[in-house]
Amino acid sequence: MLRVDDVTKVYRTGLFGSGSQTAVSGVSFDVRPGEVVSLIGESGSGKTTVGRMILRLTTATAGTISFDGEDVAGYNRRDLRRYYARVQGVFQDPFSSYNPVFKVDRVLGMLRSTYLPRLSDQEWKRTLRSSLEAVSLEPADVLGKYPHQLSGGQLQRLMVARALLLEIELLVADEIISMLDASTRIDVLNLLGDLKGRGLGILFITHDLSLGNYISDRTLILRHGRVVELGPTPKVFGDPRHSYTRALLACVPQLHRKWGDDSAVEANGRPSATADATGGLVAVDDDHFVAPEEDAP
Amino acid sequence: MESRADLVATPEIALTGEGAALEDAYPEPPVRRFEALHFAARNAKLVVGLTVVLAFLVAAIAGPWLTDATPFEFGYPLGEPPSSAHWLGTTSPGQDVYSQFVYGLRSSFIVGALAAAVAGLLGMAIGFLGGYLGGVIDEILSMVTNIVLVIPTLAVLIIVSAYLSVGSLWSEALLIGLTSWPWAARAIRAQTFSLASRDFVSLARLSGQGTIKVIVKEIAPNMSSYLFLTFILLFGGAVLIAATLDFLGLGPSQVMSLGLMLNNAVSNAALQLGMWWWFIPPGVGITAIVGGLYIMNVGLDEVFNPKLRRT
Amino acid sequence: MSLVVDNLRVYYRTLRGDVRALDGATFTVADGEIMGVAGESGCGKTTLGKSLIRLDGRMRVAEGSVTLDGVELPIADDRAMDAYRFRSVSIVPQYAMSALNPIRRIGRMISELLSSRGVSYEETLPELRRRLALVGLSDDVLERYPIELSGGMKQRVVMVLSTLMNPSLLVADELTSALDVSTQKAVAEMLVEFRDRGFVKSTIVITHDLSILYQVADTILVMYAGKLVEKGSAAEITEDPRHPYTKLLIASLPEVGVRFEERRLTGIAGRPPSLLRPPTGCRFRARCPLATEECAVEPPFVELAAGRHAACWKVAA
Repeated sequence: MLRVDDVTKVYRTGLFGSGSQTAVSGVSFDVRPGEVVSLIGESGSGKTTVGRMILRLTTATAGTISFDGEDVAGYNRRDLRRYYARVQGVFQDPFSSYNPVFKVDRVLGMLRSTYLPRLSDQEWKRTLRSSLEAVSLEPADVLGKYPHQLSGGQLQRLMVARALLLEIELLVADEIISMLDASTRIDVLNLLGDLKGRGLGILFITHDLSLGNYISDRTLILRHGRVVELGPTPKVFGDPRHSYTRALLACVPQLHRKWGDDSAVEANGRPSATADATGGLVAVDDDHFVAPEEDAP
Repeated sequence: MESRADLVATPEIALTGEGAALEDAYPEPPVRRFEALHFAARNAKLVVGLTVVLAFLVAAIAGPWLTDATPFEFGYPLGEPPSSAHWLGTTSPGQDVYSQFVYGLRSSFIVGALAAAVAGLLGMAIGFLGGYLGGVIDEILSMVTNIVLVIPTLAVLIIVSAYLSVGSLWSEALLIGLTSWPWAARAIRAQTFSLASRDFVSLARLSGQGTIKVIVKEIAPNMSSYLFLTFILLFGGAVLIAATLDFLGLGPSQVMSLGLMLNNAVSNAALQLGMWWWFIPPGVGITAIVGGLYIMNVGLDEVFNPKLRRT
Repeated sequence: MSLVVDNLRVYYRTLRGDVRALDGATFTVADGEIMGVAGESGCGKTTLGKSLIRLDGRMRVAEGSVTLDGVELPIADDRAMDAYRFRSVSIVPQYAMSALNPIRRIGRMISELLSSRGVSYEETLPELRRRLALVGLSDDVLERYPIELSGGMKQRVVMVLSTLMNPSLLVADELTSALDVSTQKAVAEMLVEFRDRGFVKSTIVITHDLSILYQVADTILVMYAGKLVEKGSAAEITEDPRHPYTKLLIASLPEVGVRFEERRLTGIAGRPPSLLRPPTGCRFRARCPLATEECAVEPPFVELAAGRHAACWKVAA
């Protein structure tokens, strides 16, 4: 469905672009229908840039991003509109996603004028209702309110409801719960899990390994703009093959295990991948790929 | 659109704070407006500045109704100090100073408003587009802005006015407007830049909104107080520049203005002859209006920006 | 007893009345103890931290006292607290590492800070260098500008600075939130090391992340809506939580290894109450699955066993 192929993003810096900074380098992966892929990386890993490129908010410097076989780079205004009817995004900060001077209904209404202009008021109300129900929100609780009157959890769920108005096939969720309280995070996460069950593909971008582990089918670990490990979630978490993945897992603070207890995660005796001729990812298992270990960190 | 904001490493692991609890305590926009007015009424600078400007505005509008004399009309007693017949006295050639003054005030406000409108619209257009679109377009627009910024405005205006003989307030306002937009454009560009990387702008793009719509509907409303302040500053600046041009004799000669009054007063040696009623009113008028506007601006800034408040 | 807090109530003045951000905190922190304060947004933990050092002018101490090493701290008096700040009580506030002055070299910033506290920079320099080396920073950090340092390095500088005078009490507010997982571990372990080396006597670590507290804290205090709801050792709180809120909170945290299809976790429905006009009775009542009539009366924060407290009628003593 979504195919990211050897994508690179280089930013021009300095006066008239004399300098450059590479945010993403040679990243490839795909997202299949009804599948959650988590894109895990720390700050500076380039994960947000990847999300933005997929959403065409910025363009790739090299490589192709294709949706159902079509290259999204070549899209003009009208094509983009078509694209956004099938692919949408939700961002990290609920209070930044809503224009603070307007009521929250506006984010829903914006879609109506572009994508559903022919709906009668009755039909619109019905569509709204079913979208809100899908995210467990009561219309009376959220409609007609300003962003600051609602909680972060409600705002994020409303964002998802907005995306669902369009019957999208792919949702790019960029750190959508990191600004929420622990007790509400899990509700939004469960919501994503339910939507997956209904056939929605989700790219779940996060820095938090335990969240990625909870809902994703496949996991991608990103570091300094490069893919370090990629494979089915149980394999990446249960049998990490790259030293970076192992180090990450060892550092995650957990509730019933102290740091340093994790002998299972550290050297598990399996050899790391060695570089191959092309310098790309090496298959260590069925559908499980690992980048060759670098000499310098 | 490339967002250079992506280059800044943002802490992607976020925090939950207690601001939420504080803000839960009172709902915002209705209270925010109330709060703004609350602080506005208590801000001395704003109140004083506004009062002064409004007083002169009222004088400009209603002043002419109170007299039958017109500014260019001759035939009155020559060089007379203020009396009941001529509240501000007469000029050396026998014109009524009061009517000159109030009509002059009208000109100042008209030129100020028009020039501010021209400069403001131009500055907004260039600032918004450059700040939002970024890339090559921004670089070109910035270059243009910087070039016009660096040109010595007054010198250019003097030369142009001398050649084109500014005939009306409209053309004077247009000239001033076309040369005072750069700094507004830069300020607006900078603000737009920071707003453009906010998520709600991305969301608007994901909803299929085009560039113009995003700027008008998402970015501008969030800068409304800033735009207001910019307009006021442009207004004040325009009044000052117009007065300078008029004083140099480069403004419209068929329309009375405060600068023109000063010009006439000086060329008739009013200062040496002690004809204070001729040169003090226009000087006070210009100073008070421009000064009042600038002080208002500082006060408004404090009202809009909670961090500047002293409470 | 190093720190004794007795019935502390701290409110924020607003146009619409007092926001009762911290409403009755009583607890002690012993010498050498690292106590974690956990809770979600609006629970009052940051208010608690700031009130111990009086960092926020909007705060009003309505009631209560704070005693450190036998001396009562003048927490209601900004000026009087000046003598204690940085020497006896030190705080690493939220966003500390972003608050470093970008146009000052680190060394210069430190010397300005020290002289404002009446401490000689030259005399302290050897010790400063020693501590920087201890946390893995080389001397030339003092010559750098903040922008040249990574987040983890900045956090370490801030920590060394805050503990330079060997304070009796260190309050760390969200020390690790904006950091990568690997740096989080280093900074959290640094907290323990400082305690072990005697640079600080007692530490209060404020965070929303219970799992970090499990790693480094000796005791954990759980807060909700301005009230203390449970306190105990780190192991007790995480393995045997008694208060319904704590139980639900822990149950909602996904651990590495738990998957959606196998075990669906649940959150806590609803939102914390407004602290402007807080509800009477137990503040968790509206969201608590165990709430009954008796919860209309506020449960006291009672001691269940040695060092173990909870504020709930449903918890058997």
